[in-house]
Amino acid sequence: MENLKPSSRKVIPIVAVAADAVQISSSASSDVKMGSIYQAQKKIYPRSVGGLFSKWRWAMVFITQLVFYGLPWLEWGQRQAVLFDLEARRFYILGLVLYPQDFIYLAGILVISALSLFLFTAVAGRQWCGYACPQTVYTEIFLWLEKITEGDRSARLRLDASPMSSNKFMRKAAKQFLWIALSLWTGFTFVGYFMPIKELGMNFIRFNMGPWETFWVFFYGFATYGNAGYMREQVCKYMCPYARFQSAMFDKDTLIVTYDAVRGEPRGSRSKKADPASLTLGSCIDCTLCVQVCPTGIDIRKGLQYECISCAACIDACDTVMDKMNYPRGLIRYSTQNALAKGWARPQILSRIFRPRVLTYAVILLLITISLFASLALRVPFKVDVIRDRASLARIVSGGKIENVYRLQVMNATESAQDYRITATGLPGLILASEGTISVKATESRWIPVTLQLPYDAASAGSHEIHFEVESLNASGHVTEKSVFLVPR
Amino acid sequence: MSDFTSDFWSVYITGISLVGMFACLLLLWFSGKAKAMTANDNTTGHVWDGDLREMNNPLPRWWVWLFIITVVFGLAYLVMYPGLGSYAGKFGWSQVSQYEAEVAKGNKEVEPLYAKFNGMKPEDVAGDAQAMAIGERLFMNNCSQCHGSDAHGSKGFPNLTDKDWLHGGTPDKIIETITKGRIGNMPPMAAAVGSSDDVRNVANYVLSLSGSPHDSVKASLGKSKFGACAACHGADGKGNQAIGAPNLTDDIWLHGWGENAIVAMINNGKMNQMPAQEHKLTESQIHVLASYVWSLSNKSGALALK
Repeated sequence: MENLKPSSRKVIPIVAVAADAVQISSSASSDVKMGSIYQAQKKIYPRSVGGLFSKWRWAMVFITQLVFYGLPWLEWGQRQAVLFDLEARRFYILGLVLYPQDFIYLAGILVISALSLFLFTAVAGRQWCGYACPQTVYTEIFLWLEKITEGDRSARLRLDASPMSSNKFMRKAAKQFLWIALSLWTGFTFVGYFMPIKELGMNFIRFNMGPWETFWVFFYGFATYGNAGYMREQVCKYMCPYARFQSAMFDKDTLIVTYDAVRGEPRGSRSKKADPASLTLGSCIDCTLCVQVCPTGIDIRKGLQYECISCAACIDACDTVMDKMNYPRGLIRYSTQNALAKGWARPQILSRIFRPRVLTYAVILLLITISLFASLALRVPFKVDVIRDRASLARIVSGGKIENVYRLQVMNATESAQDYRITATGLPGLILASEGTISVKATESRWIPVTLQLPYDAASAGSHEIHFEVESLNASGHVTEKSVFLVPR
Repeated sequence: MSDFTSDFWSVYITGISLVGMFACLLLLWFSGKAKAMTANDNTTGHVWDGDLREMNNPLPRWWVWLFIITVVFGLAYLVMYPGLGSYAGKFGWSQVSQYEAEVAKGNKEVEPLYAKFNGMKPEDVAGDAQAMAIGERLFMNNCSQCHGSDAHGSKGFPNLTDKDWLHGGTPDKIIETITKGRIGNMPPMAAAVGSSDDVRNVANYVLSLSGSPHDSVKASLGKSKFGACAACHGADGKGNQAIGAPNLTDDIWLHGWGENAIVAMINNGKMNQMPAQEHKLTESQIHVLASYVWSLSNKSGALALK
């Protein structure tokens, strides 16, 4: 099983190790061997665990999955509340109708997500990984399905080692059935964000889905099945970029899952009745439960490792054992490197939250969040683009007037038909020679030819800056777009 | 894939693709045999700066399968789709065929939309708000590049909103114009008219037909020479829509106004072309589009456009 020799420690990848803590043992170099540059994957059988942090993990499972599975079924007026209609290029989020031109809001959300990740990681380590990441959440759900069909860690180890029997077959088949059902439901829900989910559901039941819907339901379903059922910690260890760059946000005041080696060592098994004071052992009874519950298969007692997703399963496991032994809890706990080295208590750890790195992340996050919401609140619910006609720059028409032709694209981002008034300003005597009031249907965009006329001698030859002003007659809102009026020589 | 300048490039690209893939497999095979130095504490034994040790964190073996899958996918792709030089692939796919398939699919989708207009007279289609919205979009996408977004045209490109038609303004004629296109040809007529003075006189006579400012003496001298023009433009100068000869009496000047412009036209002639749309638009689309164009100069009969 896992190698528990205390000497075989791993280097903490980012945080520097004090020079005296490193012992480059001469014995290590003596048994250097040549190994393959590829590694066979060892299947990990995480033991189920209960406790405070387990409850938090399950709470996050319920919250995230209620949102994910439930959101597409919400109605808003006559339509799905959240729908990303890629074909029509309209994105509906509750009362908002977004155009592809509103891409900046998606960028804003991504920036906020990234900064939140920075902030939470700087304060409390890989909280995202341990509690909210879909990879963790689905693995948690799949592990639970595995537990109710095949049993807990030891039962699963026995089952996998035993020859095929009807019992084994039934258990494996039941697990696969549940896994596949949940995966397909997940794939179906995902596609339900991009096309009306009720319609999709009817087609799904009737085996009548289009080729692309079928592909994406099964593709996303397969990704869920493969990642949560088989890949699990391999995704975090080898594939996930966030797992790696989060270490760059760590410092010595970041909360990490730690093993209190000073208190725990030397480890060793003992009788429950033995008086701890009379033993020459630390608090660690070497039960290896912290290793058995670890979803990434590491031994937290070796120190912080890049595989650790900060899920705190080992904390729950160790606390249970400490309770049984009547030892104080917290041999494995959330703490910081500084706290561990200097023996800080909770208030000192908390006071270190207000350090420049955290404050900087928090201020930037706050500013960007405020500006995103302010910009959404002040958003004018229509857009205007102006394009000059290219074929004729200018023409002279009867009445001795110079005429320029433009095309205005008016995009209605509301769900009712709207009337707009177009005016042009910027030159004396400039008049609109085409229809001044136009109407655009709900969520549609329309090209409108617009003709401007200028008396012959009103402006010098050349290009003159003008402005189109479009105002909504039904709702408030006003858009000004720049263009030019050309006067021929 | 006929755009290679010689067969060499086809062979060259095929060679690079296949050798590259084979090299990837070879590299995988070699790396599977390669060994790295590993101590029992998972380091390679290399130490820098006293405490920086190189770890050996090997790639998981299943990752190799991803490489193999990409190579297999690549080979399967090259069999099915064009990629190996001039080999067209088993599916016979090309950008052009995909474009044509998508256009055909799009046309099929909108066919029911056009179906109800197909049986209607263009004059009635022009009164249908939905048809006019479609017509407006068709015009914006296909016609406005030359005739202008407001269909008023410009020099060389006819105004479609007035009552002046080169080839006829009935719906049938408009459909014919859109479908087949038109070529307007004014041959150089200087030789037939006479001397350069004669040409200038005729130009003044032409100006006089529409009551435009002109030299009446020159115009009266030019009248006798107008016979050369009358063959197409008619003795009265009112033009002939059967051959696309413009009406010279209506003060509409497609190719420029004034004595000099007319002189240049008589001396040099003009060839002007409206391209045929029959391969770009379907018959139903042209029907709706022609109704829209007709409505531009027949506002009273048509729906008042918002």
